[in-house]
Amino acid sequence: MSTWDNNPVLKVEHLTMRFGGLTAINDLSFNIGRGDITALIGPNGAGKTTVFNCITGFYKPTEGRLVMNRSNGEKHLLERMADFKITADAKVARTFQNIRLFGGMTILENLMVAQHNPLMVASNWTIGGLLGLGGYKKSNVDAIETAKYWLERIDLIDRADAPAADLSYGDQRRLEIARAMCTGPELLCLDEPAAGLNPKESLELNNLLQYIRKEHDTSVVLIEHDMSVVMEISDHVVVLDYGVKISDGSPEFVKNDPHVIAAYLGVEDDEVDQVEEEVGIA
Amino acid sequence: MDYFLQQLINGVTLGSIYGLIAIGYTMVYGIIGMINFAHGDIFMVGSFVALILIVALGITAATPVLLLILALALVLVVAMALTAVWGWTVERIAYRPLRGSFRLAPLITAIGASIALQNFVQVSQGAKNKPLQPLFSGSFQLTDGGADGSGFIVNLSYIQILIVVTTVILMGGFTYLINNTNLGRSQRACEQDRKMASLLGVNVDRTISLTFVMGASLASVAGLMFLLYYGVVDFYIGFLAGVKAFTAAVLGGIGSLPGAMLGGLLIGLIETFWSGYFSVEYKDVAAFSILAIVLIFMPEGLLGQPEVEKV
Repeated sequence: MSTWDNNPVLKVEHLTMRFGGLTAINDLSFNIGRGDITALIGPNGAGKTTVFNCITGFYKPTEGRLVMNRSNGEKHLLERMADFKITADAKVARTFQNIRLFGGMTILENLMVAQHNPLMVASNWTIGGLLGLGGYKKSNVDAIETAKYWLERIDLIDRADAPAADLSYGDQRRLEIARAMCTGPELLCLDEPAAGLNPKESLELNNLLQYIRKEHDTSVVLIEHDMSVVMEISDHVVVLDYGVKISDGSPEFVKNDPHVIAAYLGVEDDEVDQVEEEVGIA
Repeated sequence: MDYFLQQLINGVTLGSIYGLIAIGYTMVYGIIGMINFAHGDIFMVGSFVALILIVALGITAATPVLLLILALALVLVVAMALTAVWGWTVERIAYRPLRGSFRLAPLITAIGASIALQNFVQVSQGAKNKPLQPLFSGSFQLTDGGADGSGFIVNLSYIQILIVVTTVILMGGFTYLINNTNLGRSQRACEQDRKMASLLGVNVDRTISLTFVMGASLASVAGLMFLLYYGVVDFYIGFLAGVKAFTAAVLGGIGSLPGAMLGGLLIGLIETFWSGYFSVEYKDVAAFSILAIVLIFMPEGLLGQPEVEKV
């Protein structure tokens, strides 16, 4: 049995999302294994980002359940939670296809905002913090330490006080991941993290993701088009097309699945007939 | 020169009051991009709350100085708390249900909330002016009017000192809160990208509520200052003071905190100098004309961030 069936961190059950007459996702079920790097792939418009938007509370699914199993045994039904609680209580974090850093704030501040909740509690909702009461100072130091830890991982420690908008594109992408990690997530959703990166940056990103998976209690699910990235780092691949799942399994399995080849990967011209025959659309 | 000095003192005092109110406009605009037209009336409610507290506590000019200062500090704190509740309520009832609705909807409810507050105070407190006997009548004489007594006597009254000092302290504290605390950081994050802030676990609704609470409590300080300075309030003072403070916020660059303070100061100075040297009747015309001129050449205001196209 695979991790994703044995010990899922997130179970997507019969998820359906309709926008008026358009069904973006239709009865989609899959599991995300704890500690796995799971890739969600598929052609443009397959509904990958919509799945993310449902998981992180942007959309309320029309039907279906999203069950988050925290490592402490808590279960959360994400489709019923307010968006900020999905991060705060269910410990799901995400990044976007387009970068959404707080450009006018410093790099350090970006990472501090992500630690808003523990700090807010420690400062007795600001009042204790202003009065300089005990716990706040310590948790503020801890928060800065956490931020520094991630800045070292992404090699931006020297620029901690620079405005986030001044960073290069690749650095901004890595900072977004670091910021998401500062919320202490158990599930990290990355929407096309490698888009627009050069090969060297892409390699650094792979290393960062491997590191996150290895050193932290965090499972990663990513949307990705770059098949070399997908094949190299993922443990589990889910393929969508037109809002339905067409394949689900290990990278090896998916790569050779004729449905995936027909819908997404493509083949040499002289093999088209053969594939069409296998999937029954000849 | 002496006359100029006197006008400067008066202008800075008035500007402090405008600045305190303007912060409420600029903060709310920064975080949810709407003009809270009820803010001027929150200021009015704040001055009524302060007046009621002063009367209830039996504070008069005859109260011993130390006790007077303590009692006023108490009035300040209680008025800030009570007015904050008003600010929170207005946000909760009139704005939050309409968040995510089209942009004009909260603007209309803001005007509605403004009218509702005015009428509530008019009905519950009566339409007549409410006077307050001056609590501090003393002043420093900075010039003696020359040997022959023909010069101009410059007065710096205790109440003016009190107003400016309180304003400087509050603005300093407030700037610290926004720049250095966790709450301020979350507010700035919400200002830039509310959705992203909520995805980082920030409770956006609560952060917005707290912004209204902070704005309302600063407005109530302005209300108390106004009451002590002019010695009279009525249910309609919120309108003009609100428009002036809004003007100050726009002049300084709406969304910018130092801008609101600078704008408040400038509007106060323009008004007093115009009244002092030209005509009292046209002081509002002067203030608004300068606003119009500044906006033509600097549409983002004096300290505002120019809108940058997002790539």
